[in-house]
Amino acid sequence: MVNILFCFFIIIGVLYGIITGNIENVNEEIITCGKKSLEIFANIFPVLVLWLGIMNIAKESGLLNKISNLLYPILKHIFKDIPKDHEALSYISSNIAANMLGIGSAATPFGLKAMQSLQKLNNNKQIASKSMITFIVLNTSGFTLIPTTIISIRNMYNSINPSIVVITIILATLTSTFFAIIIDKLFYKVMK
Amino acid sequence: MNIYFLPIIIVFIVFYGLIKKCNIYDSFLEGCKEGFGIGINIFPSILAIIFASRIIISSGFINFLVNSFFPNFLIFPKEVIPMVIMRPISANASLSLMIDIFSKYGVDSYIGLLASTLQGCTDTTFYIISLYFGSIGIKKIKHCLFLSLIVDLIGVISSIVLVNIFLV
Repeated sequence: MVNILFCFFIIIGVLYGIITGNIENVNEEIITCGKKSLEIFANIFPVLVLWLGIMNIAKESGLLNKISNLLYPILKHIFKDIPKDHEALSYISSNIAANMLGIGSAATPFGLKAMQSLQKLNNNKQIASKSMITFIVLNTSGFTLIPTTIISIRNMYNSINPSIVVITIILATLTSTFFAIIIDKLFYKVMK
Repeated sequence: MNIYFLPIIIVFIVFYGLIKKCNIYDSFLEGCKEGFGIGINIFPSILAIIFASRIIISSGFINFLVNSFFPNFLIFPKEVIPMVIMRPISANASLSLMIDIFSKYGVDSYIGLLASTLQGCTDTTFYIISLYFGSIGIKKIKHCLFLSLIVDLIGVISSIVLVNIFLV
């Protein structure tokens, strides 16, 4: 599906650009997109290396296991395929914790490590496993407790009450995360 | 409050490691080395998603879709639709659209509040999927994208409902 969308974006974008005479913009973006990706990469890469370093301390000291034990009672119902005490659970827990606190920079490294250890459990290395899909859907539902970026932007634009949206954001992500879990489970029930 | 999070978490991790008598420096370096490998692997995925999304955004196709196919509802104004469509594709694009809305209609207007909630309650679905699956070489993602987008849609609907309940 990503394959189809990738082709769709490129073909429709270029054709529409040609038809509407907007091809100059498209051309410009094609030339500069490499540099833009490198900029994004340059922002992520050092943070990723740093956080995986810090996380390795937490892992070797046993702190990571403590965190996952804390969340295990909930996670075991969501990720039934992962054996207890498997490292994937600690990374998933850390990823969820970082997302909840709004520390996106730390969430991504944890998420990538989680995917790596889920891949170890995966039978077919080319096809996404059930746990991977559940984990990704949970991630994209964007569960958060403190939407840091939005509050600071609202503050910049002189909002009377920058953090008033916290309640709607929390409840909305709670709703979508809840449905993410339910729909994911239903999907496998129907497939059977 | 938020500025204390990162430093305190880091101090706590280092302190805990010291108590457990770990070699902090060595395990830090080891983790970094591993991170270096993972990091290099994600660049192609980033390039792919930026490349494709930039083309479709710059062509003006999304604005065309919005202007020709979406009716204007009172509780779901047309102005936020480009943001909703961009949100799963590009965090930067949807963030700048949100800022646009703030400066045009005001942060505390109905549209401003709705835009803030929409921005906060979903994530860059396409980016996460290509990054996470790309980093471990998964080729077939099955129903993952479909499911994620449905969940995003639920996020949008609940945002509209919740803003109307709590903030109007």
